[in-house]
Order: sequence, then C-alpha cells, then structure tokens
Amino acid sequence: MDAMAAVKQTFFQECEEQLAELETGLLAMERGEAESDTVNAVFRAVHSIKGGAGAFSLGDLVQFAHVFETTLDHVRNGALEPTADVMAVMLRAADLLADLVAAARDGHAVDSGRSEVLVAELTALSPGGADASAEEEDDMSDFSFTPVSVAFDFSDTPAVAGRSYTITFKPRPELYAKGNETALVLRELERLGQLETSCDASGLPQLAELDPEGAYLEWTMRLTTEKGEDAIREVFEFVEWDSSLTIQASDADGDADSGAGSTEDAFAALLRSIQADETSLPATTADIIPLPLAEEREAVAEIDAQPAKAVAARNGEGGANANAGAPQTIRADLERVDRLIDLVGELVINQAMLSQRVMEAGHVPGSAVALGLDELEHLTREIQDCVMAIRAQAVKSVFQRIPRLVREVAGMTGKQVRLITDGEGTEVDKTVIDRLNDPLTHMIRNAIDHGLEKPEVRVAAGKPAEGVVRLSAMHRSGRIVIEVADDGAGINRSRVKAIAAEKGLIAADAVLSDEEIDNLIFLPGFSTASEVSNISGRGVGMDVVKRSIQSLGGRLSITSRPGKGSTFTMSLPLTLAVLDGMVVTVADQTLVVPLTAIIETLQPKAADVHGLGGGARVIAIRDTFTPLIDVGRELGFRTTATDPLAAVAILVETEGGRRSALLVDTIQGQRQVVIKSLESNYRHVPGIAAATILGDGRVALIIDVDTVIANSQSDATILEPVLAAAG
Amino acid sequence: MIKHDNSSRELIAFRIGEQEFCVDIMSVREIRGWAPATVLPKSPPYVRGVINLRGAILPIVDLAARLGFQPPEPTVRHVIMVAQVGSQVVGLLVDAVSDILSVTDDAIKPTPDVASDMAKTFVRGVLAIEGRMISLIALDNVLPALEPIAA
Amino acid sequence: MSATILTVDDSRTMREMLKLALTQAGYRVIQAEDGVHGLEVLKGETPRVIVTDINMPRMDGFGFIEHVRADETYRGIPILVLTTESDAEKKDRARRAGATGWIVKPFDPAKLVDAIRRVSA
Repeated sequence: MDAMAAVKQTFFQECEEQLAELETGLLAMERGEAESDTVNAVFRAVHSIKGGAGAFSLGDLVQFAHVFETTLDHVRNGALEPTADVMAVMLRAADLLADLVAAARDGHAVDSGRSEVLVAELTALSPGGADASAEEEDDMSDFSFTPVSVAFDFSDTPAVAGRSYTITFKPRPELYAKGNETALVLRELERLGQLETSCDASGLPQLAELDPEGAYLEWTMRLTTEKGEDAIREVFEFVEWDSSLTIQASDADGDADSGAGSTEDAFAALLRSIQADETSLPATTADIIPLPLAEEREAVAEIDAQPAKAVAARNGEGGANANAGAPQTIRADLERVDRLIDLVGELVINQAMLSQRVMEAGHVPGSAVALGLDELEHLTREIQDCVMAIRAQAVKSVFQRIPRLVREVAGMTGKQVRLITDGEGTEVDKTVIDRLNDPLTHMIRNAIDHGLEKPEVRVAAGKPAEGVVRLSAMHRSGRIVIEVADDGAGINRSRVKAIAAEKGLIAADAVLSDEEIDNLIFLPGFSTASEVSNISGRGVGMDVVKRSIQSLGGRLSITSRPGKGSTFTMSLPLTLAVLDGMVVTVADQTLVVPLTAIIETLQPKAADVHGLGGGARVIAIRDTFTPLIDVGRELGFRTTATDPLAAVAILVETEGGRRSALLVDTIQGQRQVVIKSLESNYRHVPGIAAATILGDGRVALIIDVDTVIANSQSDATILEPVLAAAG
Repeated sequence: MIKHDNSSRELIAFRIGEQEFCVDIMSVREIRGWAPATVLPKSPPYVRGVINLRGAILPIVDLAARLGFQPPEPTVRHVIMVAQVGSQVVGLLVDAVSDILSVTDDAIKPTPDVASDMAKTFVRGVLAIEGRMISLIALDNVLPALEPIAA
Repeated sequence: MSATILTVDDSRTMREMLKLALTQAGYRVIQAEDGVHGLEVLKGETPRVIVTDINMPRMDGFGFIEHVRADETYRGIPILVLTTESDAEKKDRARRAGATGWIVKPFDPAKLVDAIRRVSA
C-alpha cells in the first residue's frame, strides 16, 4: 500500500500543476486569446484530474470534475461561446475544483452547497439544458461502477457442468490488422470451460493467391461452461466488430455434431496459418500495407461520415504536431540537482584555494601553471552558470497563484479588479522562487485593499469602475525586479505624515520629501491594519514584507502619484546560492560586501568628513552629505572609531535609493562567492547575511548592508530631515 | 531521566581544566585539531566563531566558557569534537580527549544535589571510574537559545 | 525475460499507477508521455503490448495508434486504449484507429493485467 500512497502523492502534485494550467488557460480564454490548443489543454487538465480522482475513489472530486469537463467540452466543440459570463463561471468552477482537490488531499470536506450551486450553473450553460443533465446522470453512473475482475478458472477440469454454447466466429482481415489473434481468443475460451473447436478452411485460396493480410478461416466451437454468456461475450469484446460472431446456447447434454475436428487439429491448422502469416510478413511491400486501413475508413464513412472526417482532419493535425519542435525536457530529482550545485560550490572554493596556493608557491601570473589555472577558473565559472541554469525556474509558477488571490480579495473588499501580468517567463533560481510567494501575496493584497478605490469612488473621480493591478517581472542589472502597480488613489501623504508624527516616528515639524513620506509606511510601528484599512493610505504590515525581502538580500521601494496610483518595486538577487562580492578587511576580519549594493569606493579626505554629534559622522560626496558608517564598530569588532583618513569608504545604495558610506580598513578585491548558511548549524546573526569560504579555506562573513545601516541609524541620532535639509 | 537497566553504552571522555566530562559517543562525528575561527559579531563569549568543515559552516563552542570556567587561550594542543546536536552540527572546543568508556547505564549515578545552575543545565549524571569523577553532559543546550542576545 | 509493456499517458499519476500494476504482475514497463514521445520510444524497443491514453498533448492516442499501425515494424503490436468514458463513441473511434482493445478507467489492476493477457501471446 506504500506504493499506492506514493502514487496518490504524485496525483496531488500533478493536480497542482493541472490546476495552474487550467487557470492560465481559462484566463487566456477570458481575454479572448485562447487558441484551440489552450482550450484542449484546459479540457485535458480537468479530464486528468477526473481520471486520477476516479482511481482513488474521490467521489466528490470525480463528480464535479465530470460536470466541469462536460461544460468545457461544449466550449471545445464550439457549442458554447466563451463569453465573459461563461468564463466567470468557469473560473469559479476552477477555484472550487482547487478546493475540492485540497479537501481530498487533506481529508476535510467542502461545503456541498457551493458545489451544488456551481453544478447548477455549469449545467445551465450546457446547450440542451435538461437533456444534457439527464445524459450526465447516465454517464456519471459509470464512475460509481467499480470494475470487477472476472474470475477465470485456471484448473484443467475435463468434465464441466453448466451450459453448452455453440459459437461461430469468422474473423475479417481488420481483426488481424489491429493486433488481435484468433489463437488468443481460443485460448481465452478454453479458460472458460471445455472447448471443442473445428476449423473450416474451405475459404483458403491457393498459396499463390494468398493475401498475407487476408482472413480465410471460419471457426465453429462448442463450449461447455459454468460462466454465462456474458463471460463469453467478454472474450470476444475486442474482436466482435471485426468478425462475424454468433453465440447460441444449447442443452448441456447435447452432442456437438457440427464439430468436425478436434481441438488439436484446429490448433494445428491455426498454427500453420500463423506461421504462414509470419513468414510472409517480411515480403509485404509498403504499397499494400495501408490497404486494409483505407478500406476500413471507407467502410466507416458509409456508416457515419462525421467521425471519419474527424479522423482525417485530426490525422493531418497529428502530423503537424509531431513535427512541432517542443523542447525536450527531463524530470530530475531536485535533491540531485541541489547536490550538484553544492558540489560545484565546493569546486569553486577549491579552485580558489588552489589558485591562492599556486600564487603563494611563487608562480607568477602568465606562467604556464597560472595560465592553466585561469583556464580552470573560467571552466569552473561556466560549469557553475550551467548548473545554476538547471535549477532556474520561471516566475510563472508563482504568478499563477495570483489571479485567484485577486478574485478573492476583490470579492472581500467589493472592488472591481483587472489583473495584468507581464514577464512571467522571467527565470530565477529555485531558492528565490520558493520565497517569493509570501511577499508577493502581501503586496497584491495591499494593492487591492489599500491602493484601489471602491468602484463608486473611482467613477466619481472620472476613472473606470474597474481598477487595474499590474504585476510584472523582469531582469535588471543581474537582479530580478518584480513590480506591483495599481491605478488607485496613490498615497495620501498628508495623512501618512500626520500618522507618523502622531506615533512619534518623525518630528511634527519635520520637512520631508514626497519620497521620504512614502517610505514612512515601511517603518515598523507605522500602522496596523485596523487603523489604516479605512483610509486610502497604505501600510498593512509593509514593514514585515520589507524585512522578509531584505532577509533575501532584496530591496523594496515605492513610488506613488496622487490620483494615479502606486508602484511597489521589489528587487531580488537571481540566486541565493552565489553572489558577487567585494572582499574587504575590517579590524583584521575578512568580510564580503555584496557588489549589487555598491556604487563606488573612495578615499575619504580630511575636508570631507564632518562630525554630527553623538559620535555620528558624515562624508561629503559631490555636495551631498552621506552618513559614514564604521563597519568595525557597528559589528562590534572594535570599540574605538576608525580613522576615516586611513580607511576606505564604500558608497552603497539601499532601498529607496538612500545612500550611505561604509568605512572599511582595506579592499582585497572582487570575487564571486558561494553563499553558505549560518542558520543551518547556528542561527541568524544580526548584520550578517550569510557566510562564505574563501580561497584560504577560512570562513568569511557576508555583510547584510541594509541591516548594518538601519542599526547604525537606530544607534545614532541621525534624523532624515537634517540630511534632507543638508542635501 | 536515567534508565536503570544494564544496557551498555560507550562514552567519550574529555578534559576541561582539572575536570573530566563525557558525552555519548553516538553524538560525536569526529575529532579535529584547533584551527582559528572566524569571529561572529554580537555573539556570546562562549561562541568562538565559525570554521569551514568540508564546505559547511561549523560554529565553535568553547565548552569551558559555556560551562562557566575560565576560558583558555586555544593552542594547537586543543581539540574540537564535532558533535551532532539535534539537527545541527557543532564544534566543541575542549582541552583534550582522554578516554573512551564502555559503561552500563547503572554505573551512571544521579547528579549530586550541590549542583550549580551549570550542572542543572548540562550535567545528566556522574560516573566514578578508577577514583575519577566524570560528569556526563547533554549537548542540547550548548548553542545560544533562539531569543536575541543583548548586544 | 519478462515481457515489456509500453504505456503512453500524459498524466504522471496514471503512468505511476500503470507501472505499479504492471510491475507487480511481472512485466517490464517502459513509458512515454504522449504520442510523439511514444513513437520515439518505439525506435529503441519492441514491446509485447502497448497501453495508451487517448487525450494527450502533441499527439493524441488516435494519432499514435494510426502511426504505429502504419509502421511495418510495429503494426502487429497489440494496443490497448485507456478510456475514461465507457461510451461506444470513444471505443468506436479507438477501434477504427486500429486499437486492439480497451480498458475503462478507473481500472482495476487485475482487469488491466487480464486485458493484456487476452491480447498478448
């Protein structure tokens, strides 16, 4: 049963994929962008869920999937127009299907009223109304039917009680063309009871005229069996269409006079016919092979032209599809890929260590050994890029969950929302994908709940009642940037400023730029849901969102225009496995500063450094005063202040475009480093993002720039307004 | 807490200053010589820092400091016992590994009542072997607790 | 040597179920994800029996059967069609495309193995 449990797990995983595909497809149909492939994929998704659910006897799921599938089939064959109203029902049906899957997986129940309503709506959409639903009832009964395996009697009992049947069976050539064999039919019949067989070979032509594809023999059998006629019919289930078959019950005691030969003779004859068939097979030429099939099609066309046309049409389509150049993929165990990435990480470290040792051993750059090592480094990098690419995934998997979220939040808040997504093919490492969902959910919820206005407010402001939330992803300078933009009212700045002053986050008379006011919403303690949800400001838990994004080495910023809406921009590293960093020395410790944060490095001059009270210092860079952050003191590596004139300043930009200068002792160089978790064997360390291993085999810490700066500002008494005034 | 049956188990004994301690050998992965650790900012004094253990980041806990003794200045003679603590792997800095003991559970006596806080947190019982007293310690609490440490 | 069965189904769940049922019955199982893939797999293998789904992307079951039946090397291989619907229309189409027999989903493993035995020598 373990194996079945594993298959069931696969089923639920696959359901997730199919539900995602279903939703994507339905949304494309809703936008009127659906091609026939899309409709087919949507149908197939529901069909597959139904098939798997049937195998696990998940009755509720099967029943609903069946009704859904039937309605989709009407769309597929053109009987039902996918209008906006129809698609709205379909989307809700997809949501319910997702809930039913989750319910089946977790073993809880879904409100049956909900499915009854949707079943009624879906059925009402079906052309033909009551008739269609009656058909469905009929069809549904198939699913409550559990196949019962027929018990075959394997024992060779010569005397069998029961009835006797006389069977005549004359195969047509089509029977053989489909891979059926008379010998197998006879073998199955023998299992049912006592069988006497005779073969009439009078139809057999001369060998020279014998068509290897032909069927010339007619069989007469007398079967005595306890199993009924149904069991006999079942044996002929696959062949009765391609043969002339009669089954007649006769008295059990009656002698089979018609049986002219014994079973043995019959088999001998059959064996000969099969041998003849086989030996002649290689001689068949290409031009006679299609004949039986062509004849078959003609014959069918006479009976029913419609399906024959369908076959022909689909045949052409099948050919085209076969040539379609879909990229080949393999499915690999993620653990193996992760192991590979770990190993490549080790390789990178090892290669760096080797390079360092070689240089220490006195090999000069340009020497044969050094050149060989350069080549090795190049190859190592390339391998690393390729391996990372294996694990890269499109953000689609995360974006796919958003439409449903939008519908739900729109429903709860009474707003009309249209979601536009863009760039869902943008790829990032799986380590990042896995952690995108939560902040994104928060941002979307926030955009609808606090960004968009109610329909009546929008109309009064001369906007369409339906608000737009645009979700987009793109690559920008080695990072992935995800934007959530709404066309709502924008941030109510006077209100935000008043709240911040009220809460003591800023001085009441502080002079702040618009951008600084907008960024107030990220401050911890700025707002709580209950206070903000009834004004048009923003800020529900945005400090939490921001912290979670920062913990990934990401940034979150906002731009807003009154009356036009707001845009939240989240930027994240493409991977959480490696990063490009600047290796620096601070108080004899080697640290790594992520390169993405760095704008430039500079040598402070005495004239540029100014004290600002409380031990805080600023540095003048091109007419702007930038806070100078003493990294050694900030991290507790030294207690006395670093002399800025004997140090190097690294100008960094944090989210919101704010700049600071990190004071370090020396810069060792730039290097790509493999990110190692401190948490797996220890815990999170404030101010430190992660660790890495350098060329000498020692551990170096990677600075969490945003946190170090934020901490320094909470330590010191630097106030934004002062800096703003100075700038 | 201590099972009084006669099942035998192996313990690894080590020295910190004048005292002897032991841990279950099953939790010890390997023993290495001392190598300088990378200092972690804002960490408690008994966390020496982190080292590279074949590509993994291994925190080093100075067991002397953790148990409340005067921490030694580590030398090449000091050793690191690499131990499994729950789902994590931790390096324990000790003076020297002295013995591998094979004892039955009933040889482990309850911790005497004079126990200090340190003993309550770490000592799970004592063994008397050839006139020595060896404290059996549990490693569950060697790493700092999860709440933030005051800077 | 145990007989080889090729299963063609786009559903991973169904593939795993087929594999489980057939492996337990002593067959060696090779698998493909759709018709196109099935034809590729056939280039290197000659299975005793093929079990195929109907509704699949790229090339459906009907197309797959027709391709197999049109190929000199493989046209004799018995093909069983997996169909959710037990209605005559689907079976009829499968039959006309050249299917040897059919199995109605959800299938009972015993029934599946039975059907395979019925069509394989």
